[in-house]
Amino acid sequence: MTNNYFLSSFEERELVPKKTTIDFLLNYSKALSVIDYKQLKFEILLN
Amino acid sequence: MKYTNLSDAVLVSNYIKGQENALAILIERHKQRIYSFIYSKVFDRDISEDIFQDTFIKVINTLKKGRYNEEGKFLPWVMRIAHNLIIDHFRKDNRMPKFEDNGEFSIFSIISDGSLNAEKRLIKDQVEDDVRKLIKELPDDQKEVLMMRMYKDMSFKEISEKTGVSINTALGRMRYALINLRKVIEKHNIVLTA
Repeated sequence: MTNNYFLSSFEERELVPKKTTIDFLLNYSKALSVIDYKQLKFEILLN
Repeated sequence: MKYTNLSDAVLVSNYIKGQENALAILIERHKQRIYSFIYSKVFDRDISEDIFQDTFIKVINTLKKGRYNEEGKFLPWVMRIAHNLIIDHFRKDNRMPKFEDNGEFSIFSIISDGSLNAEKRLIKDQVEDDVRKLIKELPDDQKEVLMMRMYKDMSFKEISEKTGVSINTALGRMRYALINLRKVIEKHNIVLTA
């Protein structure tokens, strides 16, 4: 039982996405720009 | 006021205006709740990671395109996107049965390309060559029936018509041809398998 309690609390603490995933999202956001042109929206991804 | 104390609505507004660090704060603020929610449904770290990423890609696209209209309800909105993606995941999962390589069963035993590699092709050619040599040693009447059946794919009716013997005789000759082949193979310990 002690082990189970320890494991569940440990897993709860660790339930966050990886840093690489968040970095990817932030970089994706920075790279993405949306351009409006005559009621059209163009997505541009810059590397 | 500290930047991190700003409400979700303000951060979303700032992000739409071009402040990229507002997104970092929003993600940092809600990542645990969103990720835990996803994980509580799929129970897999990698899948949770993928769904989390796809959720925020949708969030980013919607915000950048100016299509977000739920001010003040950022987290419920993100949760709803995550929830829809989880449903999509399970739908896709049901359509595509997965095979995991767990040691007892390998997917590659099913999805091999079917063609033989160089070594197996050589062995197959060798075996076929040996069988041909053995067939040559059979009595002519048996050899004739076996060649027609195995190499020309003729039916026993066609064989009987071609050779002028009854179907039963043709069947008997085939039977003896196989018995004799087996005898020779056993007698000389010939290995005819890869």
